[in-house]
Amino acid sequence: MEDFQVIDNCLMVKLPEEVDHYRAAYICENADKFLIREDVNHVVFDFEDTRFMDSSGIGIIMGRYRKIACFGGRVYAIHADRQIRRILALSGLNKVVEILD
Amino acid sequence: MVNEMKNEMEIVFDAISDNESFARVSVAAFVAHLNPTLEEISDIKTAVSEAVTNAIIHGYENVSGYGGTKAAPATPHEIHEGKVKVHCLLNQDTLHIDVIDWGKGIENIDKAMEPLFTTKPELERSGMGFAFMEAFMDELHVESEPQKGTTIRMSKKMGTEAWEVRED
Repeated sequence: MEDFQVIDNCLMVKLPEEVDHYRAAYICENADKFLIREDVNHVVFDFEDTRFMDSSGIGIIMGRYRKIACFGGRVYAIHADRQIRRILALSGLNKVVEILD
Repeated sequence: MVNEMKNEMEIVFDAISDNESFARVSVAAFVAHLNPTLEEISDIKTAVSEAVTNAIIHGYENVSGYGGTKAAPATPHEIHEGKVKVHCLLNQDTLHIDVIDWGKGIENIDKAMEPLFTTKPELERSGMGFAFMEAFMDELHVESEPQKGTTIRMSKKMGTEAWEVRED
């Protein structure tokens, strides 16, 4: 599946155009299939296509962070636009998620 | 003649997850003629999405929609019947949004509004719904009665950011 791919030891998650409760379960379930693999340490959320996100998105990121943080894993966000950055900042997630340009 | 602008709209839809996107896009379209900034539109859509999602998954406990996309096939589960109403009033330049459900209601509103609090941790939602509504709208009131339902009242003054220098 192209939405989820492992590159080196990172799971790349390409998020959909709208990240809401309706789509959250699908993203969580699929991401977690990869996270139980031993060779996956970090998660990269790619917001390139994402134009909308609500607190369900925060739940997705927080949940994945909890699963890998205890093994020293890190969570990254790439291609996050202004609105997405605001939401990450408001939730306090910018303290644990590294936002890259 | 009184020179004031009032404009009202109301939508009622089934309390299923599939309608979350319909609700927020409808409200955004309702204010489109005011030429809102991208930020205002995003604020309104997020706040509506939080309120409507709460009504569906907490009010009526419909935790997932009909599903059935190719990527995520529907798993059979019971859908509890119920409606959600979104009422919008544009009075001058202030947008009032009411999100109403007739579901199970909230036992403890103060507790529900605490950031990170959630009664459904298994859904891996962040517990930030009310915090987002508060942050993205100017005002937020919650009325609820157990077994009767919940009304979320929010308002936001439009056009306050119009003359701000844009960063990008």
